Amino acid sequence: MSAAEEATAQAPILRLDGISLAFGGVTVLDDVSFDIREGEIRAIIGPNGAGKSSMLNVINGFYHPDDGTITYKGETRTRMRPDQAARQGIARTFQNIALFRGMSTLDNIMTGRNTMMRRNFLWQALYVGPARREELEHRAHVERVIEFLEIEAIRRVPVGRLPYGLQKRVELGRALAAEPDLLLLDEPMAGMNSEEKEDMCRFVLDVNDEFGTTIALIEHDMGVVMDISDRVVVLDYGRLIADGSPDEVRGNEEVIAAYLGVVRD
Amino acid sequence: MLYRETGQFKTTYAADQAIFPIFQDRVFLFAIIAFAYIVIPLIASEYWLQAVLIPLLIFAIAAVGLNILTGYAGQLSLGTGAFMAVGAYSAYKLATGFPELNIIVVFILSGVSAALIGIIFGLPSLRIKGFYLAVATLAAQFFLIWMFNRVPWWYNYNSSGTIIAPPREVAGVMLTGPTATAETRYLLVLTFCILGGLLAKNLVRGRVGRHWMAIRDMDIAAEIIGIRLLPNKLLAFAISSFYCGVAGALLLFSYLGSAETEAFDIFVSFEVLFMIIIGGLGSILGAYLGAAFIWLLPIFLTNAPQLVGLSMPVDFQKHLEVMIFGSLIVVFLIFEPAGLARLWQIGKEKLRRWPFPY
Ligand SMILES: Nc1ncnc2c1ncn2[C@@H]1O[C@H](COP(=O)(O)OP(=O)(O)OP(=O)(O)O)[C@@H](O)[C@H]1O
Ligand SMILES: [Mg+2]
Repeated sequence: MSAAEEATAQAPILRLDGISLAFGGVTVLDDVSFDIREGEIRAIIGPNGAGKSSMLNVINGFYHPDDGTITYKGETRTRMRPDQAARQGIARTFQNIALFRGMSTLDNIMTGRNTMMRRNFLWQALYVGPARREELEHRAHVERVIEFLEIEAIRRVPVGRLPYGLQKRVELGRALAAEPDLLLLDEPMAGMNSEEKEDMCRFVLDVNDEFGTTIALIEHDMGVVMDISDRVVVLDYGRLIADGSPDEVRGNEEVIAAYLGVVRD
Repeated sequence: MLYRETGQFKTTYAADQAIFPIFQDRVFLFAIIAFAYIVIPLIASEYWLQAVLIPLLIFAIAAVGLNILTGYAGQLSLGTGAFMAVGAYSAYKLATGFPELNIIVVFILSGVSAALIGIIFGLPSLRIKGFYLAVATLAAQFFLIWMFNRVPWWYNYNSSGTIIAPPREVAGVMLTGPTATAETRYLLVLTFCILGGLLAKNLVRGRVGRHWMAIRDMDIAAEIIGIRLLPNKLLAFAISSFYCGVAGALLLFSYLGSAETEAFDIFVSFEVLFMIIIGGLGSILGAYLGAAFIWLLPIFLTNAPQLVGLSMPVDFQKHLEVMIFGSLIVVFLIFEPAGLARLWQIGKEKLRRWPFPY
């Protein structure tokens, strides 16, 4: 790696400073600070209820932190709307699949490009000129995503009828269609068999490799986390208890204690 | 000719994205349109045009409108009758206030006026959903009808409170009023119906339609991926009300000739809702099938017993009609929310595989 490449690889695309979040007196995140570097795969791990999903929700503006700041692409703010986050290149998948069940795979993935489509409804009603061109352009891009994820065969199937593993894949497709700079994945491999997990790992690595997309990933499967992530942060009861390379984190005593459920005083 | 998709390989996305990608579907559609324009005016009696086809087509326009709002965008509305009333009263005021204005323009402007009212009554949809939204639209229904009754300006201060469609001609052809022939009125309504359907179909299969369905299926996820709820919901209310408004104006000018507010009461709202439930929620074709079903069933019930040599008392027939509608609505809601349009789809799939059963 050249020095210049090193420098860009080290620059954080996102920095969280002192993020705190509580719901009706229950602390969910407590003064959490970490960063995500451009181009890395950053894992967020921790026991159930540690606040991992809430952390992603803070990052993409769905939850507003009570305290702390978020610096994304060099701009610091305390709150942001989810649609603004989407427009600025943050896309995500959900722990409980959040697809549009009545729509086909193709239409679901097309919605991922909504922030890039401009033509108003009058043009679309006529489906001529610019509106038609726009629709076809985005369709071509979506087809590349479909090909990448190897889901050509289910293009026209309403996603509600697809098995769980494929739904997860379509949801990844919807996020990828947005061509995100930062991709948030909330347990993309949960509930999958080992073969499906392998496929998903491959897709995540390929996205990172081929498109240079920065990825923040929540995952419970330690094997997967150790294999594919560059750096790991560990949350427990809303606190950050470790942050480092997979090996560093694995040897950390507090992390081991958290996972073994050792009672803290 | 066999109904086949095979062999029709689409070599471009443009072909795949076409409004009717399957060749036989296109042929079928053109055949129907040609039939409606050429054959029906030749063979249909005055009674069929006036009592069946004209209202059927007008209600199909309203059903397309409601299906955009309820079937696609997922916003349940019971205010269809009122939005049609807005169209009818606006058309009346425009046509009598500006006699020189082309009547086609009057109809379009009436749709626009209904769209504006629709936007206002759509505002609560940002905060409330489902049942509560339905109640809010019910309030719109009662408020608007009350207003058209109570504000004499709307019916030009005449003593009867009735609005009467004035005669208007375009390019020497009398389109409205007592001297307009049933054929002319039928052709006018048919044109609105077909153009409206094509425009709606284009809308729902493109970006706007995807946004509506996304909001319908999971509004939170839609918002998170960047789809703004308020503008998209209001757009659904506006376009839906535009269709209802035009339908209301046509109901007055091309069907009833004269009307009072009763013509647009809550039962009209329910009737259009039944059409899209039976025809198919979230399907443009379904809106047409539903409207046709509801207007043709009574005719069938009137004539069928005689064909097999039975006689059925009129009031019994009325009751039978209500029972059939009621049970069909329950059946469709429980077993096939996609309605007749879905049955049509299944039929086509069978046909596509025929004669091989798998
Ligand atoms: N919207 C909310 N309202 C109230 N409490 C919430 C809300 N969202 C999260 N919480 C609470 O915050 C805590 C952390 O939840 P979160 O979903 O972030 O955990 P997690 O680390 O993702 O857990 P899991 O591994 O089970 O997915 C939980 O106790 C949860 O009940
Ligand atoms: Mg979680």
